[in-house]
Amino acid sequence: MSYSITEPSSRQKWIAGILVVGYALLTLLPLVWIIATGFKTPADAIAYPPKVVFTPSLEGYVNLFTSRSRVTPEDLAALGPPTTWYDAIVRQYDMVITGPSRYGERFMNSVIIGFGSTFLSVFLGTIAAYAFSRFKVPLKDDLLFFILSTRMMPPIAVAIPIFLMYRELGLSDTHLGMILLYTAVNLSLSVWLLKGFIDEIPIEYEEAALIDGYTRFQAFYKVVLPQAATGIASTAIFCLIFAWNEYAFAVLLTSGTAQTAPPFIPTIIGAGGKDWPAVAAGATLFLLPIMVFTILLRKHLLRGITFGAVRK
Amino acid sequence: MAEIILQGVSKSFGPQVALADVDLTVPDGAFVVLLGPTGAGKTTLLRMVSGLDQPDAGEVFIAGQAMKGLPPAQRNVAMVFQQYSLYPHLTVRQNMEFPLKSPLLRTPKEAIAAKVAEVAEILQISHKLDNKATALSGGEMQRVSIGRALVRSPSVYLMDEPLSSLDAKLRADLRIELKNIQANLGATFLYVTHDQIEAMTMATHVGVLDHGRLVQFGTPREIYEQPVSIYAAGRLGQPHINILPADLFGPAPHGAVYIGMRPEQIRQGEGQDALVKRVERLGDQTRLHLAFKAHDLTTVIDAHTPLRTGDIVKIEPHRPFYFDADGARMV
Repeated sequence: MSYSITEPSSRQKWIAGILVVGYALLTLLPLVWIIATGFKTPADAIAYPPKVVFTPSLEGYVNLFTSRSRVTPEDLAALGPPTTWYDAIVRQYDMVITGPSRYGERFMNSVIIGFGSTFLSVFLGTIAAYAFSRFKVPLKDDLLFFILSTRMMPPIAVAIPIFLMYRELGLSDTHLGMILLYTAVNLSLSVWLLKGFIDEIPIEYEEAALIDGYTRFQAFYKVVLPQAATGIASTAIFCLIFAWNEYAFAVLLTSGTAQTAPPFIPTIIGAGGKDWPAVAAGATLFLLPIMVFTILLRKHLLRGITFGAVRK
Repeated sequence: MAEIILQGVSKSFGPQVALADVDLTVPDGAFVVLLGPTGAGKTTLLRMVSGLDQPDAGEVFIAGQAMKGLPPAQRNVAMVFQQYSLYPHLTVRQNMEFPLKSPLLRTPKEAIAAKVAEVAEILQISHKLDNKATALSGGEMQRVSIGRALVRSPSVYLMDEPLSSLDAKLRADLRIELKNIQANLGATFLYVTHDQIEAMTMATHVGVLDHGRLVQFGTPREIYEQPVSIYAAGRLGQPHINILPADLFGPAPHGAVYIGMRPEQIRQGEGQDALVKRVERLGDQTRLHLAFKAHDLTTVIDAHTPLRTGDIVKIEPHRPFYFDADGARMV
């Protein structure tokens, strides 16, 4: 690895800064557009030329969280004045709120399945990686290759066998089934990433702990785990992003009780007209947990991504 | 506090023999220094005693008890590693508390605080106790590492070149400190070093290892004055012992192939002419590099010698060692 000895000049810094900001704007643009669309009225959302400046509206969010039905103007008048601000929004379109939509449930399913499978992948991955890193496992290299090979085809290639298997086992459309499936897919990534991190932790620390009067498990727990925190955090983010965003299996294997948000969000479009603001609102809210999770673990993630590039 | 006995201990790593049939008794309360170049098996021997590695053959006894199958935690040994092995996620204080907090000792809180403060004082790291372990200099890290061993009262201390990364002043201080601690505790020390001063000043016994074999075991004085071989003679002595053809100075005993002379075994002012190639003034002593009949040798002379390069001195052997063709000493 080589380092440049001279400080970059201020002009170089400016150019680098402009490039970074430009790239950030480019990648953030779709995100900004989605977030903005969530606050537009349906008319503004499909206006041409596109509206950059608009009057914000919460219609998208109201539509996202409610089921509505159309009523005649006479019936509407008979109902009396709207009692809440969201009632008022809906009534502009000759509609009344008939109840909550399923978005909340689907969102919760995503939370349970996403975080559940992430926890399981990282937990199993950590102990497997520790064993591969520290013990003489028979056929270690073959096993590791086998584990990696499960990622060499697109997971959806085995969709039909899994669909049939899940039907037989009664795992279709269950939280447990989805958690197990995403864990299985994520486990290879998790084992390989974490093995790299644990390999980097000198074995002397554990040996010192063994001599200091601790058992191997205690040494693992007290010495290895805290030092692997960075690796565990970045692995968790990668696992969560996959499980959170997974679409194909979710469409195939869930329909009711365990349906996650990704297959649900497009179904909003169908409910009379193209309700883009509601879709955008659903997507925006769906982004939040993973953003929060990533920001919380940001400190670790940075080291995780540059892992191996910097020698300590 | 405990005697260590190794009986016929052997260990190989693949084709590499690390220890070959080592028999060694470390008496209770002894300070045993192991000498040998890198790869001689010193560290492996420590690891056998600590329980971090298991011997392929042979047995280790500590305090009369067979250690076979016992994990390190149950052997009641403390070890200082060659590389600093401080827990990087903990502070200095937490590092030193770590062994005391082990499920094996479960020391009460006040006792932990008192012990850590006491040891930190000895090692001059009191002011660093609340620093992160990674925010220390190499020397400080190694002192904390030693401190982590000292807070406990194990039956045996194992130290793998603990002072090698320290500067000369600190090394001298700690040498005396470790020796004091050992004398006060009456603890048994097994200590690996390359440093001759450490070996000579601290050890009650020295063990010389050569390719996994224990070739000589005795007091430092014995090893220095009565080495069993060229190899053992080469472990101690600054400057290094001069090994020359046996008959260089005249007739040698029958069978002798090499003559070995430490500086004090070279008498100056008598005998045959040698050419001064270089005069090295070290302050407290001055070394003479001589050429004698196409051989180089090094000896010591008075610090204020007027000799200069190109001068001639007369030298002759004075009670030298003779070694046979295999390098074994002839008595």
